[in-house]
Amino acid sequence: MSEIKQTLNSSLGKKLIMALTGLFLCTFLIVHLAGNLQLFKNDGGYGFNVYANFLTHFPPIEVIAYILYLSILVHAVYALVLTIQNRKARPVGYEFTNKSPATWSSKNMGLLGSILFLFIVIHMNDFWYNYKYTNKVGYKEYRTDLATNQTTSSVYTPQTADFENSVSTENNVEIVRVKDLQARVANSFTSLWYVIFYVVAMGAVAFHLLHGFQSAFRTLGWVHRKYTPVVYFIGTWFFAVIMPIGFALMPVVYYIQSLK
Amino acid sequence: MNLTLKVWRQKNADTKGAFVTYKAEGISPDMSFLEMLDVVNEGLIHTGGEPIHFDHDCREGICGMCSLYINGHPHGPKAAITTCQLHMRTFHDGEIIVIEPWRAAAFPVIKDLAVDRSSFDRIQQAGGFVSVNSGVTIDANTIPIPKVIADEAFNSATCIGCGACVAACKNASAMLFVSAKVTQLGMLPQGQPERYSRVQAMVAQMDAEGFGNCTNTGACEAECPKEIKMTNISRMNNDYFSAKLFREEHVHEHASGE
Repeated sequence: MSEIKQTLNSSLGKKLIMALTGLFLCTFLIVHLAGNLQLFKNDGGYGFNVYANFLTHFPPIEVIAYILYLSILVHAVYALVLTIQNRKARPVGYEFTNKSPATWSSKNMGLLGSILFLFIVIHMNDFWYNYKYTNKVGYKEYRTDLATNQTTSSVYTPQTADFENSVSTENNVEIVRVKDLQARVANSFTSLWYVIFYVVAMGAVAFHLLHGFQSAFRTLGWVHRKYTPVVYFIGTWFFAVIMPIGFALMPVVYYIQSLK
Repeated sequence: MNLTLKVWRQKNADTKGAFVTYKAEGISPDMSFLEMLDVVNEGLIHTGGEPIHFDHDCREGICGMCSLYINGHPHGPKAAITTCQLHMRTFHDGEIIVIEPWRAAAFPVIKDLAVDRSSFDRIQQAGGFVSVNSGVTIDANTIPIPKVIADEAFNSATCIGCGACVAACKNASAMLFVSAKVTQLGMLPQGQPERYSRVQAMVAQMDAEGFGNCTNTGACEAECPKEIKMTNISRMNNDYFSAKLFREEHVHEHASGE
């Protein structure tokens, strides 16, 4: 046991933890984006709200979610520990600014990460804490006629305060009652400042992953003449371009829709 | 050429240093950077001043003794050369040149621009060798080594241990140096028996010396006078994690070979 502890406390061990938690957070982003694409469906929030309800009420997902929150904290704490150590490694700085060629993102991971941490705190408070632990999010009722597959939605007011969700069928009509997170999303993204903050944060994601994704592979020692270019390609185009644009489109599209 | 130098002057490790401005006049563009400093020092000696202390030895780019952080670059603005190979034609007449020592907690200033790089020696002594005597010269083809492997090992072996990687790194990390030393032996058959104990011993010593942690910015690779590649760092990481997580060699088994 002490051997493992010693390994993880070494410089390379701390980097290993950064790389593994970082890559885990990257895989989470894929799932998060894929699920949230349902915000673009024109179904009165049915798909998205059922999905949000599933995520918060399916125990295995709950477990993974808490591993995810832990990963975010570990990633941030280790980043802080490593940064303090790195500062200590150069107590007297240079007078002349370092001109050694290095990408902007690689030199500003701490700044980008801090923006992201602030974003995660605000984002989780709005759409996770308020969804799970407060009554600020209203309910919606979706009636699907199973014969014609037509869905109608209406606002639902629960009779008891601790109502969570229900699925029932009567007369060939499926009634789904879930929290209306989509309405909260739509409401949040009517504020221009909020939308700008989200877009800036997604810019931070782009630059953070532009360096972070390939850097994690380097840290793990997975560098190969054939596969490293593939890692760079995925890190650049998928994680630093497609992913942040996909996420940023949500607040932007909802804001534009709110103007109508 | 006439130049203005802003040079870091520090009496010894215990005193605080400061920048002092000097005029370097009548400098030939064909002089090396160190020869230019020699001229300045000669002037200082004649006027009764204390000459600027800086490290140098072979002055042909192979010993790794010269250092100097010049205008934001270790070994000056040109790629793949040491300070002694940097010529004054790189600069223009009237230029202000800022000269600083390597900055790292593990490289304390001895005097002026000279720093103590014995932390590198201690890392080498922790495992950067092959314990068994190689014996008599054997036929070159007795141990076949693929050309790509031999080339990579040789490229890593060209590290002269000057410390430019540490000086360039925003984290003052020594990982390019350590990884070059680890790779150079770890890739060749003679270095195999100690491959996994060596990497553990050298990384442990590197951490003990108080160097920073690599964030893969690539500044080290760009500034290395011998163009040591960052792939070495990944190779070292791979060997280290492999040693720590999947193998049975311990770090202390290595030290007995000394």
